[in-house]
Amino acid sequence: MRHIISILMENESGALSRVAGLFSARGYNIESLNVAPTHDPTLSRMTLVTHGNEAIMEQIVKQLNKLIDVVKLMELEEAPAVERELMLIKLRADGEAREEVKRLSDIFRGRILDVTNKIYTIELTGTSDKLDAFVEAVGESRILEVVRSGAMGIARGERVLRA
Amino acid sequence: MEMTGAEIFVRCLKEEGVDILFGYPGGAVLHIYDALYQQKDVSHVLVRHEQGAVHAAEGYAKSTGRVGVALVTSGPGATNAVTGIADAYMDSVPMVVFTGQVPTSLIGNDAFQETDSIGITRPIVKHNFLVKDVADLAATIKKAFYIASTGRPGPVVVDLPKDVTAARGPFKYPKSVHLRSYKPTVKGHPGQIKRAFDLIIKAERPIIYAGGGVILGKAADELTRFAKTLGYPVTNTLMGLGGFPGSDSQFLGMLGMHGTYEANMAMHHADVVIAVGARFDDRVTGNVEKFCPHAKIVHMDVDPASISKTVKVDVPIVGEVKEILKDLLVLLHDSGKKPNASALQNWWKQIEEWRALECLKYDRDSELIKPQFVIERLHALTGGDAYVTSDVGQHQMWTAQYYKFDKPNRWINSGGLGTMGVGLPYAMGVQMAHPDETVICVTGEGSIQMCIQELSTCLQYGLPLKVVLLNNRYLGMVRQWQEFFYQGRYAMSYMDALPDFVKLAEAYGHIGMRIQHPQDVDGALKEALSMNDRLVFMDFITDERENVYPMIPAGAGQNEMILI
Ligand SMILES: Cc1ncc(C[n+]2csc(CCOP(=O)(O)OP(=O)(O)O)c2C)c(N)n1
Repeated sequence: MRHIISILMENESGALSRVAGLFSARGYNIESLNVAPTHDPTLSRMTLVTHGNEAIMEQIVKQLNKLIDVVKLMELEEAPAVERELMLIKLRADGEAREEVKRLSDIFRGRILDVTNKIYTIELTGTSDKLDAFVEAVGESRILEVVRSGAMGIARGERVLRA
Repeated sequence: MEMTGAEIFVRCLKEEGVDILFGYPGGAVLHIYDALYQQKDVSHVLVRHEQGAVHAAEGYAKSTGRVGVALVTSGPGATNAVTGIADAYMDSVPMVVFTGQVPTSLIGNDAFQETDSIGITRPIVKHNFLVKDVADLAATIKKAFYIASTGRPGPVVVDLPKDVTAARGPFKYPKSVHLRSYKPTVKGHPGQIKRAFDLIIKAERPIIYAGGGVILGKAADELTRFAKTLGYPVTNTLMGLGGFPGSDSQFLGMLGMHGTYEANMAMHHADVVIAVGARFDDRVTGNVEKFCPHAKIVHMDVDPASISKTVKVDVPIVGEVKEILKDLLVLLHDSGKKPNASALQNWWKQIEEWRALECLKYDRDSELIKPQFVIERLHALTGGDAYVTSDVGQHQMWTAQYYKFDKPNRWINSGGLGTMGVGLPYAMGVQMAHPDETVICVTGEGSIQMCIQELSTCLQYGLPLKVVLLNNRYLGMVRQWQEFFYQGRYAMSYMDALPDFVKLAEAYGHIGMRIQHPQDVDGALKEALSMNDRLVFMDFITDERENVYPMIPAGAGQNEMILI
């Protein structure tokens, strides 16, 4: 099953490689990983998407908590939460397809960031599923380049992750 | 007060109460050696290979419970230390290893003797630090000792660039450490302890399965009182030996792959397993699918990640085992509840039947020296009270089986990593920590050659170790597996071209003895043990065909042991 883990960790060189190293050493899978400093510059927030059954998830959470650089973490899906991912996508948009790409982008609430007479560069946000759906809808043959941030998430309501 | 990084380093060690440091110099740590030279509080032991320094620090730590300290130079010094660091990590040894590093301005330039020590050691440390500014040095060292020695202990590496040790900075040693991300649990949760108690007191076929956590957590007294009060049988893991008196009738011996029949059968048939500071290692459980099929399991451990890692448990309790056992003893006392006497009586009757099989019997009439016999005599002649280190292989298992350890911290071996070569340097660290005690290193002719150079260190520091070499001319444990599982195809397990160990010991300035007949074993051991100012190296020529029994073969359950 897919799980999203939000991790608050020391903003120190090496912290990221400890997490990445843990996953490779123990054979856990990382689907995506996103990390940046928070408003408190001593802390970074990481969002990690992984797969695993209940026993594996229990170990992943315990092993992460064991890392000295990990301050706190939460499993996002334990309560209502919002998930977002950002995608920048460069598409071939020439001839009659030009209108079609524009229309698809509108449906998915994309923003066209850059235009040439052959190309659209589009910004999209949403759940990872939604971005997947857009990629599928435009079709492999139109895609020149895809950049995705990996999922990020935050809990709804009062629930917060802070040091 | 202003001083150089190197002076700060020495002062910090003093503040931590470090009396001894094992190391080897080199370019990147010359400032530190210069500072060590100019003081008397911290003494330094010069080993012959950095691996020896780290293992010696482990031996010191494993036999005292205090933090062991090693110091090595950058590059090859650090990489030579890696095996010892990994060994300490697997056995949760409290240790701080200082590695020299090239100056900060050169880091990343492939400078002379530069390695990414932080990167190399990351997966085998509890934590590591690179100190980039002399202003952070004292606080970092404080954190290193704190992390190494609290919670589930482990090795911490501190990488010290050369310019940081030369730079001047203020010295102020922090009184305490606060780490927002690291707060080990001490007390167990009262609700969980109550649940565990209810299960424990009603057990009909209980067994206490105690591991290295009891030794590390200094909880042998509490464990013994707990087991004695209940009258329940106890088994120890390889790392837990000495956590409960080995000569006590409630002790069933070690469990696991080469554990006793009675211990493994009792585990298999138990209805309640009380795991104390043990981690359900694969050498203990055998096939996890078949492990303890009838039991509810209580597991107390300071490391939450050890709980339900390989075997799902019913009542987990996170905390220091010493504290949890104390709380359980209070409950036991205050509740006035007693174990189920008649069930327990039946259980012991069953256990005694298993025990009557005498799974550790061996041929006592052999013309050849049986390795088991040497260990039995060693136990008898030392009154069971020596500090014993071992290397890795058959001799390690025989020592674990036949030397009945009554006290904690006496049995020093490499359980997790299974590192050949540790025995001699472990023993150096043990002897340094306990100058007046008998320290014995039981080894094999394969293992001893992996750190044999430390015999020179032993001479320099006058360490009167007793080396018991069980010389079977084979990498015996490998040979045993080849005999059992590879139809006797002994690929690369015969140790040809062995040195003359008696002459070798003499060349290093020690006393060498060769013992070839069973009737000479006692005399040799007595003579060696009487020489308390000399290292004696005893080369026992043992039966090369002897195997370690009993054994749980791979994939089998604990009730499927091969007996002799
Ligand atoms: C550094 C290292 N290399 C290889 C092994 C694999 N190994 C485990 S036991 C063993 C044989 C040990 O032989 P010896 O020291 O002579 O002891 P014996 O088994 O004969 O008592 C070997 C090679 C190991 N444990 N450690």
